[in-house]
Amino acid sequence: MAESTAQVVAPEAPPSGARPRPAARSLHRWLRWLGVVPFGVYVGLGLIAPFVAIAIASFRNSSTGTFTLNNFRTALSGTYLLGLKTSIVLSIAGAIVPGIWGLLLAYAIFTAKRGNMLRKVVITASGVFANFGGVPLAFLFIATLSTTGIVTGWIKDITGVNIWDHSFSLYTGYGVFFVYMYFQIPLMVLVILPALEGLRPAWREAAHNMGAGTWQYWRHVGGPVLLPSFLGCLLLLFGSAFSAYATAEALTGGTIALTPIQIGALLNGNVVAGQENLGYALGVIMVVIIAIIMVIYVILQRRSARWLR
Amino acid sequence: MSALVAAAEKEGQLNVITLPSNWANYGTIMSDFSKLYHIHITDANPEGSSGQEITAVEQLKGQSRAPDVVDVGPSFAVEGANDHLWAPYKVATWSNIPANAKDPNGDWYADYGGYVAIGYDPAKVKLAPTSFASLTNPAYKNMIGLNNSPTTAGAAFAAVYAAALANGGSFSNIEPGIKYFAHLKQIGNFVPTAIGGPTTVQNGTTPILIWWDYLLESEVKPVVPGFKIVIPSDATYASYYDQAISATAPDPAAARLWEEYLYSTTGQNLWLAGYTRPIELATLVANGTVNKAAEAALPPAPSSTLTFPSSAQAAAAETVVTQNWPTQVGG
Repeated sequence: MAESTAQVVAPEAPPSGARPRPAARSLHRWLRWLGVVPFGVYVGLGLIAPFVAIAIASFRNSSTGTFTLNNFRTALSGTYLLGLKTSIVLSIAGAIVPGIWGLLLAYAIFTAKRGNMLRKVVITASGVFANFGGVPLAFLFIATLSTTGIVTGWIKDITGVNIWDHSFSLYTGYGVFFVYMYFQIPLMVLVILPALEGLRPAWREAAHNMGAGTWQYWRHVGGPVLLPSFLGCLLLLFGSAFSAYATAEALTGGTIALTPIQIGALLNGNVVAGQENLGYALGVIMVVIIAIIMVIYVILQRRSARWLR
Repeated sequence: MSALVAAAEKEGQLNVITLPSNWANYGTIMSDFSKLYHIHITDANPEGSSGQEITAVEQLKGQSRAPDVVDVGPSFAVEGANDHLWAPYKVATWSNIPANAKDPNGDWYADYGGYVAIGYDPAKVKLAPTSFASLTNPAYKNMIGLNNSPTTAGAAFAAVYAAALANGGSFSNIEPGIKYFAHLKQIGNFVPTAIGGPTTVQNGTTPILIWWDYLLESEVKPVVPGFKIVIPSDATYASYYDQAISATAPDPAAARLWEEYLYSTTGQNLWLAGYTRPIELATLVANGTVNKAAEAALPPAPSSTLTFPSSAQAAAAETVVTQNWPTQVGG
């Protein structure tokens, strides 16, 4: 198992090490905390400090600096509210569909023989594809599947059908969703595989010995054990889609409202001046949404960790 | 002037920000200035935006690497003036800058700019477009692009403004421009990618690109053989960037000398050689000091005198585009 999971982010907690003797325990505890210090500094400087700064700024008026709730009022109305809704809907769809696809794909790999070439190739490729994103990804799709794309041309040559004449488009919400599959499905394969591998063959054999069929095994044993991990992975995919930014921007040019794009326009743009704090307020709202997701994720993780150790 | 030169040379350093070397000929301008005055130029974040320039001025205040001078979009120049970020300065040729293109106090002053133009690759676009109205022709299906989203990019925003002027709108009413692009999208002519540029013209994603004339000239034309650029006959919308000196510039003398250089005949002609229209172009032409070859390389300018939206009009239009672009053009 180590061979295949070493390169992936295993969602479950690592097995706890051997317990030290009581005398050495207190020193051991100190050393343990010492080891966490660099990480703590990193989190403090890279995550907590910026968040506090942004949270404070989000309650201030951009020009006068006085306390205000107006940034949040604006952030939760009009195009910005639409942006939040679209972001959430796109992210939910962009989690569930690749979640199911990725699960099926991961299961196929899981049942393949260990050491199988195809299995190795799929896992390695997933690692590569899951990390491919941004403007290069958008351009890859534009070069292959836009109106003048190579693949569009091939399909037209072979079948005589121009897919763009049949309501195919890369430049809409559906197009963005389609492109997200490119990295979301491999990501699902990577994160769900360790959970699948935690299903012990012994459980299945035991179930069969007691006369259970495949359906009953999945209904009463495999499914319940896997469910928390599966839901946890969906939440990860949600977070991944929710924060994706450059790809959607490059494809749609702001014609679909997405919160990260709107934040970019407010903070980095060449058009809207002096509304940075509205961007910060949107950022705080995104952080809150992700925090809720993370809490649910941790709860699910605890449940699944019970079985998968 | 000689005292300024001496003080600037003593500082020996100038911090500029977000000046791409292939943009408006800035590469040559910076190296010529450096050689002439022995002043080292540090160009921070060359691909950055106006918003990032303002942030840098505010956040690096008091540090030796803080920007001395900025080159920002009009709304950012006004915002900076409101926030007292700029040091007022009037270059020697101040009177040659049109009154509607400078702050009376000298906080900021227009530098170079151009017109919203339609560029197209004649190899793929058989029927030459001439105006915004002509772009609704079904022959242009899946062909027309902007460089980016008008909620982010100044050029795309200007294109929407220009389209508004062509469709019964005004500086106070940008809505017809949004409606125009919504219509182009609906009939399938508009490709809303945000990475419009030389590559998307080359590979045929957007063989027609609406952008600044000077960027079509300097970035697309060199890589697309036969590329044509036309200023739409039904809307002339020009926009100029603005110069301003930071009130907290670590190299104040070098900053002022840089402005004098930019607004000298040499500096103005260098911008012209970068296919932009320097703000004192009319004076250069009148005095016969213009670089004729560089001037001839530009698409002919409309004869009407330049007008610009006021900062209040522009701010209102920005809000309208931000709110309505996704809902009307998207979906």
